[in-house]
Amino acid sequence: MSFKTTCQRLNPIGQCQKYNLSIWQCPSFLFPLNGLITILAMVSTYFVAVKYTQPEIVALIVIGVSIILIIIGYLITKGFEDLAQANRLKTEFVNIASHQLRTPLTGIKWNLELIQKSNSLTQEEILDKLEEIKDNNQRMIGLVNDLLDVARIEQGRLNLKPQKVFLDEMIQKLVEEYRPLAKASNIKIISEIESDIPLIIIDPQGIGLVLRNLIDNAIRYTKGSGTVRIKLIKKRNSIRCEIQDEGVGIPDRDQKSIFLKFFRSQNAMKYQTIGTGLGLFIAKSFIKESDGKIDFWSEEEKGSTFWFELPINNK
Amino acid sequence: MKKILFVEDEPTLQKAVGRFLEEAGYQIISALDGELGLEMAKREKPDMILLDVILPKKDGFTVLKELKEDETTKDIPVVILTNLENDTDVEKAISLGATTYLVKANYELEEITKKIKDILN
Repeated sequence: MSFKTTCQRLNPIGQCQKYNLSIWQCPSFLFPLNGLITILAMVSTYFVAVKYTQPEIVALIVIGVSIILIIIGYLITKGFEDLAQANRLKTEFVNIASHQLRTPLTGIKWNLELIQKSNSLTQEEILDKLEEIKDNNQRMIGLVNDLLDVARIEQGRLNLKPQKVFLDEMIQKLVEEYRPLAKASNIKIISEIESDIPLIIIDPQGIGLVLRNLIDNAIRYTKGSGTVRIKLIKKRNSIRCEIQDEGVGIPDRDQKSIFLKFFRSQNAMKYQTIGTGLGLFIAKSFIKESDGKIDFWSEEEKGSTFWFELPINNK
Repeated sequence: MKKILFVEDEPTLQKAVGRFLEEAGYQIISALDGELGLEMAKREKPDMILLDVILPKKDGFTVLKELKEDETTKDIPVVILTNLENDTDVEKAISLGATTYLVKANYELEEITKKIKDILN
């Protein structure tokens, strides 16, 4: 084995960098650091003890060093947990993504088989099945696009193309677009847009994606009937958009993870198994890249309100 | 005519399997979530149950467990029809009493129908 490959193999920080962990979360850095501090501590304690014979000073130094070592020990343990978590998420990613893709793939496969082998399908039914195949195909394209977005976000290569956007117009259009879907689920969708919303400079595809994501969630996670309210307000230096639903809500223990990649609250899984867990991750990354803020408040069985704010550029 | 209960939350797959099995001469009843699936199994006493694993309200393994614990349903053969493929899931299904475990993406409707026929005879 050449010297270079040996060095690469031994690279302790490599694993951690791969998972985007900082050096202070990296056990393979912290362990040697720990050892180094222990050695330095012992050596300097010896010299201090030789120079200053008061036992109190030595005791203080020992206590001080122990505290430092305990802290580093704790960081090491947390580092292992973080590494394990990152690894688990990576495996989960592959499992979830391939499972998500398999379902529409199976749908297409079986519908094609039906069309080829069935002897009782009417023309209308065949067209119906072809429509389903189209939908499933679209679903896979959507998932692959989401995965690519996530990869770009991870590499910091979002490639935003900011343009002049009238958020009020965009929201009005989306409300009309989602009205049939909402109606089919017995849900009313209302927009409350203030009258003097200025234009903003933002990537239109990106903000469209964020809005679709939030409206989609609001409708999907409302069981039974309810109202989805979309508000657009002008604040002093920003525009604020709120999307409020009367849906299943997010349990307290899941709230801190809601924007994490692939995270799906148990509550959501209980009602709707279709869903990648990528939407909110992508939405938050985009909003942050555009210098905005995004957050939510939610109560189980009452509903959720997701909001984001974007700065008004005065260009 | 043999009655088969299909518990699956994806409407596309529900319809495809349902239609194919109907043409093969079976009566199909369907449930879109685990809880309903359990209810229908107890109520309709089908000759076989096709069970997905990832389901809303109650997942497939929980449903399987409860089916086998209930006197009235424990002898109905259960075929797990899923897209999960871990060895641990297969073992779990068999240990809970499933007759067989099929990964949807790997089988054509015709092959699945043949397996069902073999089990029911």
